[in-house]
Amino acid sequence: MKINFEHHQTAHCENGVASNLLLNRGLKLSEPMIFGIGSGLFFVYLPFLKVNFAPGFSYRPMPGAIFSKAAKRLGIKIKRQKFSNPQEAQKALEKNLEQNIPTGLQVGVFNLTYFPEEYKFHFNAHNLVVYGKEDGKFLISDPVMDFATTLSETELEKVRYAKGALAPKGHMYFPTHIPENVNLEEAIKKGIKDTCKNMLAPVPIIGVKAMRWVAKSIPKWAEKKGTKVTNHYLGQLIRMQEEIGTGGGGFRFIYGAFLQEASVILKNDELKELSKEITAIGDLWRDFAVDIARVYKNRNSKSDIYNKLSKSMLHIADLEEAFYKKLRKAI
Amino acid sequence: MKKQDIPQDESNLQSANMTEMLYVTDENNNYTTAQSIGWEAKKAALDESMELINERIEEARQNVANNLVSPIVYFMELNKMDMQVLAAYVNMWQWTVKRHAKPKTFKKLSDSTLKKYADAFDISVDELKNFNGK
Repeated sequence: MKINFEHHQTAHCENGVASNLLLNRGLKLSEPMIFGIGSGLFFVYLPFLKVNFAPGFSYRPMPGAIFSKAAKRLGIKIKRQKFSNPQEAQKALEKNLEQNIPTGLQVGVFNLTYFPEEYKFHFNAHNLVVYGKEDGKFLISDPVMDFATTLSETELEKVRYAKGALAPKGHMYFPTHIPENVNLEEAIKKGIKDTCKNMLAPVPIIGVKAMRWVAKSIPKWAEKKGTKVTNHYLGQLIRMQEEIGTGGGGFRFIYGAFLQEASVILKNDELKELSKEITAIGDLWRDFAVDIARVYKNRNSKSDIYNKLSKSMLHIADLEEAFYKKLRKAI
Repeated sequence: MKKQDIPQDESNLQSANMTEMLYVTDENNNYTTAQSIGWEAKKAALDESMELINERIEEARQNVANNLVSPIVYFMELNKMDMQVLAAYVNMWQWTVKRHAKPKTFKKLSDSTLKKYADAFDISVDELKNFNGK
């Protein structure tokens, strides 16, 4: 069985799954729209949580949050299910497919056979859509891939039951109700307000304040933990920033595209200007990644390089703070 | 980022025939999307992380050979796991896994316990038992 489902590649997996699933049900919303309405821009720093032997940084909210928030703001209902028994999970998925329901899944990346070796980590918050089953293989639309792929029953079970932090436990989801008239204007405004609130939160581990904490920690790592550890931490920072689906620069560009679309829908020219501003900030995030990459190459780099990186990141944090303050006023 | 500035650097994506999609602006400053085959800065971070993993695997192999740790540690590193992830896969407490990481305790483990580890590493019990790091 094969459901008529259009695979569209997107920049980020969760927006992509959401946008593709909604399109299948006749609601056409771009990836940036889902991202903006679902308040996808985020930053969190968890210095005591170690991921891949480095502190936890994330440029994205909790997995599932973007789609859940977007759905709530648009009046869409999503059904989410988890299963303790893998066989039941497979049965429920197959039942959905029989009823012509393309279904979103949360999966672990480590055992995704079609990914390049370097991308296979124990990261459990990836998303994809299953849209059919042919010759014993599930038909997979993974939004970060250029093309649709397949996974065998065993392969799919492995990724649905990946273990460790954020274990998916067979998590599957699909929209059950889409309102006839969606109030896009209201949803956009709510999404923007929430993003500004998070990024300007008066908490040291979230938003602009968390960026500053990381920035100030860079020279301290170098002093206390040495070059090798510091470079690894910085590497983790770039990977969280620019790897498929997560993002610093990449996310700013998606947000820029969102603001551009939003300026037309809300007839608000200021948003168009702010779109340009966040695009410029995105460029700075990418320059920052290039600077970090340069540190690896010249291993015996001067000691003030870490101070320079720290300053660049503080500068970005300042610009972002100003940006969110303007954005909050613009709507 | 402007469409014409999009990096097209050789990367790990090619091994899987992948490209990635990016949001970029065109000549009129309007957003559009474009494909990239890779970006050097990102590749450098991935390479560094792979290098670190390979160092850890090699160190674990030597430690097994010198009878300092049990084969569990080697296969854990080989599968890019840490104690927390491994403990979740074998459904045991982390401190239990830590004990099993000692060669002495490892030798006394029952086949059913070893089977749990072997399954987590996708190898046979014999492969796990007989790995000596040499």
